[in-house]
Amino acid sequence: MIRFSTPDGMSRRHFMRHMAGASALTGSALAMGHTLKTHASELTSRRKSAILLWMGGGPSTMDIWDLKPGSRNGGEFRPISTSGDMQISEHMPMMAKQMDKMSIVRSMSTREADHNRGRYYLHTGYVPNPNIEHPSYGSVIAHELIDQRPELEIPPFVAVGGDSVGPGFLGMAWAPFSVSSNGQVRNLDLNMDVNRLSARKLALMELEARAMQNDNRGIAVREHLEVIDKTFKLMTSPQMAAFKVADEPQAVRDRYGDNGFGNGCLMARRLVETGVPFVEVSLGGWDNHQDIFPTLRDDKLPVLDRAMSALVEDLEQRGLLQDTIIIWMGEFSRTPNINGNAGRDHWARSWSCVVGGGGLNGGIAVGETSADGTAVETDPYSAEDLMATVCQGLGISLETTFTSLNGRPMKIANSGRVIRELIS
Amino acid sequence: MRRDGLINKGLTGGGWRIGGLMLLLGLASINTASAQRRSSDNALPQIAEINRQISGVWDEYGLRPSEPATDGEWCRRVYLDLIGRIPTVEELEEFLGDRSRDRREKLVNMLLYDERYTEDFARNWTTIWSNMLIGRTGGNDNNSMISREGMQKYLRDSFARDVPYDQMVHELIAASGSTQPGSDDFNGATNFLIDKVNEENAAQATAAVSRLFLGLQVQCTQCHNHPFNDWRQQKYWEMNAFFRQVRAQRIGGRGDNGGARLVDQDFRGEGAGADISQAVLYYEERSGYSRTAFPVFVDGTEIGRDGRVEQVNRRQELADLVVASEYFEKAAVNRMWGHFLGYGFTKPVDDLGPHNVPSHPELLDYLGGEFRKASFNTKTLMTWIVLSEPYALSSRMNSLNATDDPQLGESPKFSHFYLRSMRAEELYESLIVATQAHLNRGSYEEQERQKNMWLQQFTSAFGTDEGDEQTTFNGTIPQILMMFNGDLIRQATSERDGGFLDRLASGPLPGPKKIDYLYMAALSRKPDRQEREMAQIFLELHGNDPKKALADVWWLVLNGSEFIFNH
Repeated sequence: MIRFSTPDGMSRRHFMRHMAGASALTGSALAMGHTLKTHASELTSRRKSAILLWMGGGPSTMDIWDLKPGSRNGGEFRPISTSGDMQISEHMPMMAKQMDKMSIVRSMSTREADHNRGRYYLHTGYVPNPNIEHPSYGSVIAHELIDQRPELEIPPFVAVGGDSVGPGFLGMAWAPFSVSSNGQVRNLDLNMDVNRLSARKLALMELEARAMQNDNRGIAVREHLEVIDKTFKLMTSPQMAAFKVADEPQAVRDRYGDNGFGNGCLMARRLVETGVPFVEVSLGGWDNHQDIFPTLRDDKLPVLDRAMSALVEDLEQRGLLQDTIIIWMGEFSRTPNINGNAGRDHWARSWSCVVGGGGLNGGIAVGETSADGTAVETDPYSAEDLMATVCQGLGISLETTFTSLNGRPMKIANSGRVIRELIS
Repeated sequence: MRRDGLINKGLTGGGWRIGGLMLLLGLASINTASAQRRSSDNALPQIAEINRQISGVWDEYGLRPSEPATDGEWCRRVYLDLIGRIPTVEELEEFLGDRSRDRREKLVNMLLYDERYTEDFARNWTTIWSNMLIGRTGGNDNNSMISREGMQKYLRDSFARDVPYDQMVHELIAASGSTQPGSDDFNGATNFLIDKVNEENAAQATAAVSRLFLGLQVQCTQCHNHPFNDWRQQKYWEMNAFFRQVRAQRIGGRGDNGGARLVDQDFRGEGAGADISQAVLYYEERSGYSRTAFPVFVDGTEIGRDGRVEQVNRRQELADLVVASEYFEKAAVNRMWGHFLGYGFTKPVDDLGPHNVPSHPELLDYLGGEFRKASFNTKTLMTWIVLSEPYALSSRMNSLNATDDPQLGESPKFSHFYLRSMRAEELYESLIVATQAHLNRGSYEEQERQKNMWLQQFTSAFGTDEGDEQTTFNGTIPQILMMFNGDLIRQATSERDGGFLDRLASGPLPGPKKIDYLYMAALSRKPDRQEREMAQIFLELHGNDPKKALADVWWLVLNGSEFIFNH
C-alpha cells in the first residue's frame, strides 16, 4: 500500500526540503548499489515460486504426453520410455530423461473449447462472467507469496514472451509485467539525473494522492498511483539485472535453445532466483488445424523439449526445484480425430497437463484416457483442481478467500480439490 | 452554489480546501446551466427520450446523478470521443469563449461536419473500426494476407464520405477483389474477411460477422449446442453455409506481402454424389451423428440452396439479411453507446443473445429503431448520444451514486461519467496535439506508419490461429514506463532549442500564464493554487531556469491520471 505525506498546510519551504531530502536519499541508495543475489545458498528461507509454461493455441497432448499407438486417432508419433513411470512422445527425448521429476495429469476434462474462454478458465479456475473479472494464477500466487519476500523490488508476476490473463479484482498492482524474451525492458533508461527524477516522483505522488482523495472518481486513480509507485521502485532497482539473459554464458543459453522460448525459460530461472514468486513463459503456435505432425515434429516439439528439459535440469542442479513448481498447459487440447487437413481441431473433454517440482510427486501419470483418446476413464480433473494442487504445493491455504469488488467472497482456486496423487 | 457542499466533502481541509475552492471558482466562470435544463431545451426528440429513460432508472434505484461536467471537461470528452484527441488550447478557448446557449450543439456540429475536422474524424473512426475488424496486429506480419493500409483506406473513405452504416456493413460482408491498394480490382473492404475464410470452413468469418454486426456469439456452438443460450449447433452451421462460396487467394508467395484476392466460386456441396443445385454441408454432432445444413439466417429465413454463384450469391444474400435484421440496429447502437458512455447496455457489448439481458432494454430498442429510421446515419446517432444528459455528467461521484459502478459488477445506470483510460491511439494523437507536433507532420500514410510502429510495443498476440491479441495499455508498468521515459514523452518534454517548451519559455506569455498554458493544453483547465505552488517550487529548484521548470511541470501533468483518463 502506498503511503504519502499529508499535504495539509505543508509550506512551500517544507515541501522543498522534503523533495531535496528524497533526492539525496534515492541518490545515495543508488550510488551504494546492491549486489544481485545469484547464489542459491544465500536463499535461506523456504520461499516457494511457480513457473507456468503457457502453450497458447491448445497443444495436442495426444501427440506429446498421452500417446495412443494402435488407435486410428493415434497419429504419426511413437511413444518412448522415460525416467519416470510413463511414456511420452519420441519427439521429446530430452524431457524423457527428466520425467522422474515431473508428472502428467492425463485425466484433465474441461468444457471450454474457445480460445479466449479456455485461456481465461485455465488461468483463473473460473468460466468467464461478464460481471466479474477473476484474477489469474500469477496474480493470485504473487498476492499470496509477496510477504515472504520484502526485499523484492521488481514485479512479483512476470509474463515473458506473451501476455497472461489480468489481475481481475485484485487490481492493477498485481497485473503481469510483460517483457519480451530478449530481456530488454523498454523505456527503462533514466535519461535524466536521478535527483531530478526523484523530485518529479515526489511531486507526482503528492498530486496523485491528492487527486485520489479529493476527486472521488473510483478505484482507477488509486490503482494508477500504486502502479506509479511500483514503476519508480523498479526503475532504480539492481534486481532488474535478472531480466538480462544475455549475461548468461553462451553454453547455458545453448542448452536452453537460445531462442525466444528458451531464453524465456532461462529468464524464468533467473527471476525465481531473484525472488519473483510467479513467472509465466509463453510458447504459441499450437493451434494446429492443419498439417499438425510436421509442425510438431520439426518446429514446436524440438523447441519445447530442449527448453523445458533445460529448465527442470537447471532448477534441480541449483537446488531450486524443490521450491519451484513448474506447470505446463494450454487452454485445451486437440481432437483425437484427425481432420481432412491432416490437423486436429479444438478439444477440451480429455487431455493432459504436466506439473512437477516444489515437492509435488514426480514421475507418475495421474489418470487415464480411453484407447482412442476421446474420454477420460478415471476421476476427471478440472482447471480449478490443478490450481488448488499448485496452491497447496506452494503452501497457500485453500481456505484463502478473496472479496470481489462487489463484496462477494471468492474462494481461492474456485474451491478446486487437490489432486491427491501429486501430494504425498 | 450547490456544488460547494458536494465537493468539499471530499476535501481534507486546510490549504487543500482553499485549493479546491480556487478550483471551483476558477471553473465557475466557465460553468453554466445544468445539463438537465440544456437538454430539455433541445429540439431533438431522441435526446429527450434518452434523458427520460436514463433518469427513469435513476429514480427507480434511488440514485442521484452527479453534477454536470464543466464546459472544459465536456469539451475534452467530445474531442476525444468524436475525433480521437484532446482539444488544443486554441480550440478550447474558442469554445469557452462562446457564451451562446447552443454552444455545445455548435461544437458537435463543427467536429462532425466542418471540413477542417474531416480528417481527424475519419482517422479516429478508421482506427476504431480497423481494430475491430482486423485487430491491432492485422497486416503487421509479412505473411499476412491483410493489407492494413487497404483496410484503412476503405474505412477512411467511408467515414469521410459519410457512408451510411448499413451500406458499409453490406460492403464488408459481400466484398470481393484485391486487398492491396494499387491493384486494378482493389477493394479495401475485402481485408475484413480475407484471413477469416480459408481455415476451418470459414469459422472465423461466421463468428466475426455474427458477433460484430448482430451481437450474436456463435463461436462456441461450432462443436456443440450452447449450454446456456438459444444457439444450437444447427444454427451455427446454417450461418456458416453462407460462407462456403468464398475463398482467399494469395497473390505472390508467402512473406512477400503481395496481398490477396477475395473471390466467390461455386460451392459443389459436400459428400459423395454432391448435387450443386442442393449444395449441402455436413457437420458432426458431439454424439458422432452426421447432420446436414443449408444457408438459413438466424431468424429462420432460408435462401436458395444452389451452390452456383450465378444462381445464388450467398454472401450477397447474407449481407441483405444482416442489415435487415433487428439485431443489426441494436448491435450498432449498443456499440456506439458503449463507445461514448464507457459501457454498453450489455456486457460484453457484442453479446445481445437472449441470455444476456440489457440494462436498458427499451432504450436499446428505441434507439435501434430511430437509427434505422435515420437511414443509419452514424453522425446523427452520435449527435443524440453526445448531447444527452448522461454524457454530460461529471465523473465525480456523490454519496448517492457511488454504488453505480459497473466495475463492481453492477449493471451500468449512467448516473455519472465512467472514468476510462484513453485508448493507446487517443493518447498518441493527444500527445502530438498537446505538444504542437501536429503542425509539421508528414503525409497521412507516414503518420499512420509511425503511430503503428509506436503501438506495436503495447500489443501482443496470443499465438492462436484466430489472431487473438491483447493490448497492454491499461495502466500497467510498461505504460507508465513509456509515459516516464518513452521517446514520445522525451520529445514532448525536451528542452531543445526551437522545441515546444523552448518556444513557450521564450514566448511572450508572463510566467504564470505559461503554467496555465500547459494545464490547458493537457487537461483543458487551469492549475489550482496547489499546482501553481508546485510549479513555483520547481522554478526555485532549478535556480529560476524557467525552461527546466516548465519541463518538470509538463512531465508531471502528462503523467497524472487526469491526463491519461477520459473523465
